[in-house]
Amino acid sequence: MSGLSRFQIAWRAAQDIPDGAVVNLGIGIPLGIPNFIPDGREVVLHSENGLLGMGPPAREGQEDWELVNAGTRATTLLPGGSFFHHADSFAMIRGGHIDICALGAFQIAADGSLANWNLGDGKRTPAVGGAMDLAAGAKKLFVLTEHNAKDATPKIVEECELPLTGVRCVDRIFTDVAVIDVTPDGLSVAEHLEELSFDELQERTAAPLTQADDWKPLTAPDLGDG
Amino acid sequence: MIDKQVPDMKIALSGIPDGASVMAAGFGDAGVPNDLIAGMTELGLKHLTMVGNGAVSERIGHGQLIVSGAVDKFISSFPRAPSAKLFDPGTSTADVELEIVPQGTLAERIRAGGSGVPAFFTKTGAGTPLADGKETREIDGETYVLEHAIKADVSLIKAKVADRWGNLIYAKACRNFNPIMAMAGELTIVQVEKVVEPGELDPEQVVTPGIFVDRILVVENPAIIQELEDE
Repeated sequence: MSGLSRFQIAWRAAQDIPDGAVVNLGIGIPLGIPNFIPDGREVVLHSENGLLGMGPPAREGQEDWELVNAGTRATTLLPGGSFFHHADSFAMIRGGHIDICALGAFQIAADGSLANWNLGDGKRTPAVGGAMDLAAGAKKLFVLTEHNAKDATPKIVEECELPLTGVRCVDRIFTDVAVIDVTPDGLSVAEHLEELSFDELQERTAAPLTQADDWKPLTAPDLGDG
Repeated sequence: MIDKQVPDMKIALSGIPDGASVMAAGFGDAGVPNDLIAGMTELGLKHLTMVGNGAVSERIGHGQLIVSGAVDKFISSFPRAPSAKLFDPGTSTADVELEIVPQGTLAERIRAGGSGVPAFFTKTGAGTPLADGKETREIDGETYVLEHAIKADVSLIKAKVADRWGNLIYAKACRNFNPIMAMAGELTIVQVEKVVEPGELDPEQVVTPGIFVDRILVVENPAIIQELEDE
């Protein structure tokens, strides 16, 4: 059984971003989302360092270092885009003006709490950036992640052991094997790979799941990234 | 006549004592007052508290001042880029005290500092280790964390163009922390590429009004992190 590739996870999440949405993307898998917004939808990308209407990364040789994204890489601005300072940028986030934020995760708890900023091992300098503001402020929080870590450890757990980014903040989880909604009644599987039974999915998950009545098989087109 | 332009780096940075709190703006390579920070490094000051989003390099910008041993404490959201060798055990900067602040809380604390707001409640960080020991309050059923304003003795700012009154305009993504740090500094020092006469900047385009600016130094070709890293 082969799960979705990282691009395919991004593709699946992109299908859930409606026309007109203002979206902030964290590093990692979420950065693939702009490649897969369905035709006909206009989506505005927000970058927390002060851009709305961010375009694709700058082409090599055309970098303008006065125009960088939240990962400090050279980027571009689309027609209609705007520049603003950090307090305004985070007023957009904290004031509930960002429709969807998509982040990566180390761990997601059954109640939608998220840990994604600190491995808590004391080995590296801690750095939070804008993750806590996005977790607390975005209207909808998507998490895009592999379902299990490389050593098969479940990333979806009863309670996070790692330091939290936000409490009860995640709305929908997109993994390589499932799409899971965080509901007041717990984690509800909206989609999972057809070749993976619900029981097998539960085995790979360290928090209780329920299968939505209208669950669908999880599919994605071949995007050629393995 | 009001003329905030100063002739050289020495005068631009005069009067900053050991132990000062210093804000320096910028995000990535954009809007970092690298030349003012380099000038400050040469002063050999000690026991500074520095406020900034993070250090992108240990050779230029925030990291240069930190590596020089001038900084005792760094208040930031992302203390260093992965490529910068700072703060790790065994390095000369391992003893620098770090206060990690969510980026939006950092920005809001600075704006509050410049606006006469001593503290505010925010949802960001509630229930996380970064709220440990902080006062919290339930408002309309949500838990909020009390965060205090940040002011500084000195703010180091990079803008594109100033007039001699200190009105500033910026380039593209170079605003980031600059406009709010300009408000929160007791002494706000700005490096710009060009100074023009009052009236030459379109008042509709001014981002930082001159009231927030004390000294302006022209640096025609500002140092850029990226060029240094590409060497």
